[in-house]
Amino acid sequence: MNRFLLPAGIFAALVALLFIGIQRAPNKSVIASPLIDKPAPQFELPVLNSTETFSNESMRGRWYLLNVWGTWCAECRREHDMLLEIAARGEIPIVGLNWKDDPGAAQQWLEQLGNPYAVIPADREGRVAIDWGVYGAPETFLIDDRGIVRYKHVGALHPLAWESEFLPRIRGVK
Amino acid sequence: MKGGVRRWSALLLSVCLSMSINSALAIDPIELSDPALQERYRSLTHELRCMQCQNQSIADSPVGLAGDLRREVRELLEAGKTDAEIRDHLSARYGDFILFRPRWSSSTAWLWLTPICLLALGLFVAVRIVRQRAAMVDPTDDNDNERAGR
Repeated sequence: MNRFLLPAGIFAALVALLFIGIQRAPNKSVIASPLIDKPAPQFELPVLNSTETFSNESMRGRWYLLNVWGTWCAECRREHDMLLEIAARGEIPIVGLNWKDDPGAAQQWLEQLGNPYAVIPADREGRVAIDWGVYGAPETFLIDDRGIVRYKHVGALHPLAWESEFLPRIRGVK
Repeated sequence: MKGGVRRWSALLLSVCLSMSINSALAIDPIELSDPALQERYRSLTHELRCMQCQNQSIADSPVGLAGDLRREVRELLEAGKTDAEIRDHLSARYGDFILFRPRWSSSTAWLWLTPICLLALGLFVAVRIVRQRAAMVDPTDDNDNERAGR
């Protein structure tokens, strides 16, 4: 009896270890951003189909969303109505980072579906996206008035995420 | 007949191999001017994860983001950054998940220590079993002991 106690104990400990490992395994479709609670990466990019440039430094002092999108991204189309709704409420401006897109296609997209964005910086080479750790569109960052990244949502925005993660932070509850 | 089959399968194999080599080269045709940099570029891009297709390295992946990350690595190398600086640069943006080789930190300590602990435990158990067996044999088999010169 006694000689089985140690191996059985070790086996049970291993099972427990592996079980905890599986339970705590991160969801690999959503990778936690190391930017959370850190200053947002600075960038200056040309505005889509315009001669002007936009720097996110100009957003200092106000909360904003940075939404990464492209016309090649199917999920972005699914998300679009939600963005229009947020824009219509006027609670927070949306900066739409147009990622590796064709300016003509982007323009057409906005004319057909509506434009939820306050400003659209165009990242044609994808350098700014790398600085922000973007790995798939759509992604939405919440940046506070001090320029700190407060939250990141990967995938199409939906009302549940908006109400449970974004709004409480914007309203200072979370 | 048999020889023919063998020849055909050898041909098929060589065609498959050359195709896979071609596709591997086609993903990343970029050559850096300095062979030493090229070698560091090759090894770095093989140990960085493509975040879109997570079980491939950025060297193996044809997706756009992997290409952008290879460009980033190339530019950092050409700017004279060390391998460690380049890894830090990318993990500051994408998290440690981008590194195929996990780093030593409080959250990865278990990953590195568990095999050592298990090995030590295994050795401990093995030594105990061997000692127990030896103890069981010794008193009953005097002849063995004499022969061994004890």
